Amino acid sequence: MSDTPPGKPTRVLVPRHSAATRITHWINVLAVSFLLMSGLQIFNAHPALYWGAKSVFAHPWLAMEAIERAGRPMGVTTIFGHAFDTTGLFGLSGKAGVQVPRGFPAWATVPSWRDLASGRRWHFFFAWLFVINGLVYLALSFLQRHIQRDLWPKGWQLRPAHLWHEVVTHAQLKFPKGEAARSYNVLQKGAYLAVIFILLPLMLATGLTMSPGFDTAAPWLLDLFGGRQSARSIHFITASLLVAFVVVHLVMVVASGTWNNIRSMITGRYAIRPDAPTPVADAAGEAA
Amino acid sequence: MSADADRRGWLKGLGASAAGLWLAACDKLTQNPRSLAVLQSAEGLTRRVQRLVIDRKALAREYSPADISPDFRPNGTIHPQDPDYLALAANGFADFRLVVDGLVERPLSLSLAELRAAPSRTQITRHDCVEGWSSIGKWTGARLGPLLDRAGLKPAARYIVFHCADTLDPNAPDGLRRYYESIDLIDAYHPQTLLAYAMNDRPLPIPHGAPLRLRLERQLGYKQAKYVMRVEATDSLAHLAGGKGGFWEDRGYEWYAGI
Repeated sequence: MSDTPPGKPTRVLVPRHSAATRITHWINVLAVSFLLMSGLQIFNAHPALYWGAKSVFAHPWLAMEAIERAGRPMGVTTIFGHAFDTTGLFGLSGKAGVQVPRGFPAWATVPSWRDLASGRRWHFFFAWLFVINGLVYLALSFLQRHIQRDLWPKGWQLRPAHLWHEVVTHAQLKFPKGEAARSYNVLQKGAYLAVIFILLPLMLATGLTMSPGFDTAAPWLLDLFGGRQSARSIHFITASLLVAFVVVHLVMVVASGTWNNIRSMITGRYAIRPDAPTPVADAAGEAA
Repeated sequence: MSADADRRGWLKGLGASAAGLWLAACDKLTQNPRSLAVLQSAEGLTRRVQRLVIDRKALAREYSPADISPDFRPNGTIHPQDPDYLALAANGFADFRLVVDGLVERPLSLSLAELRAAPSRTQITRHDCVEGWSSIGKWTGARLGPLLDRAGLKPAARYIVFHCADTLDPNAPDGLRRYYESIDLIDAYHPQTLLAYAMNDRPLPIPHGAPLRLRLERQLGYKQAKYVMRVEATDSLAHLAGGKGGFWEDRGYEWYAGI
């Protein structure tokens, strides 16, 4: 980066994330992490999922349990009638020799031991933090036009040729470093919008549908999701999609410049190289 | 290569220790009374907001006979072994008397026949266990509100306590072994709040709380005390058992179980 003539900047720090985005992002990381791990603790109290209003105990669509086979305990996960040996991870886990029946393993739950009462305390405390933080984010982001300006895709970004170009360069893990890096690409926008406006609100709505109190204030939620047990299933599936998003998000953070990305989410400044070429989606890959 | 592998190993180690520290910190925070109190503060917020957005008389959803669960799961105590209870059960609960006392003008002692003659309601509702599952059942019982009016609540009464016949934790210290529950007057006077004596058109079975259990349709299953022997009106929950207003509340669960 230093082999260019002096006076010509090869790397400039541009404002990337507003203070509102940065603060609410990290609060959200904290809240969602605790919500996930305490949610798995709650799931472990009855590690089975059903569709409809009620539980038909003989027919969960997903279940994690410990069974005995040939005198040895075994963890089994059943999805849509197909059973898988998941010993050590789902159904039965723990240190060798002292494995215990539990849905998700100790390292995935808060607290690590089986404790539904405390898990619920963690879950509902951070649910409130998550909701308040989310409302602050939405209010500020609309007011500051962050959503309209930075997140909403431009018309040209939605053209099939451009979408395909983005898919291919992403698959090649080639990311723009120059002017094009100033704004989000269309796949990024789609992922963020889906998380912000579909997945996270779905977590809240399905969570509230499981509340027998809230159901009396908003019985339409039961109809919307097809019953309380369906809502519990959708809550679980949506949480899984969020985990998948976080995995991809973290891979992209690393692949497109770990420290640059982390800095931009802490100080707000993001480094770009104004003279760098934009990646081209062809097999030659001249960026390499 | 070795430098790279070293770095990878080092990063892996760092990641594992960070995760370990995070978990250990969570466990410590759960055991620390002060941080636990912070987490528990959410309950008050949830209760106040739910009370604000839920109409006092709003009914929990009622289902059709076709929705009734053939596999309604009993939980907690299923067959009480307490001698007094066994004696009542042996006689088909013919000698059962429900006592209504505490902060009331006219304490009551009611037989099952008298309870069946009291203003009643039948409802097919969903029972949501704190563990996450739901079952649907049909309940018939005496509405709690009219019973309390019959006894005449004194102005100081703020809570209704349900004293139960069953010992659920025989190893607990004296006074903490038996099941009990409590609710506020808003829930006590809700039209769906019943002392149920019938389930699915038959006398309440023992696993589900015979001869009498509470139905409190806007809260979770553990609030809905089974084997109810005595209904006490009180101004405070502090003097009862662990002081938190219920068997499970004394063990860390929320007193307000609307969520």
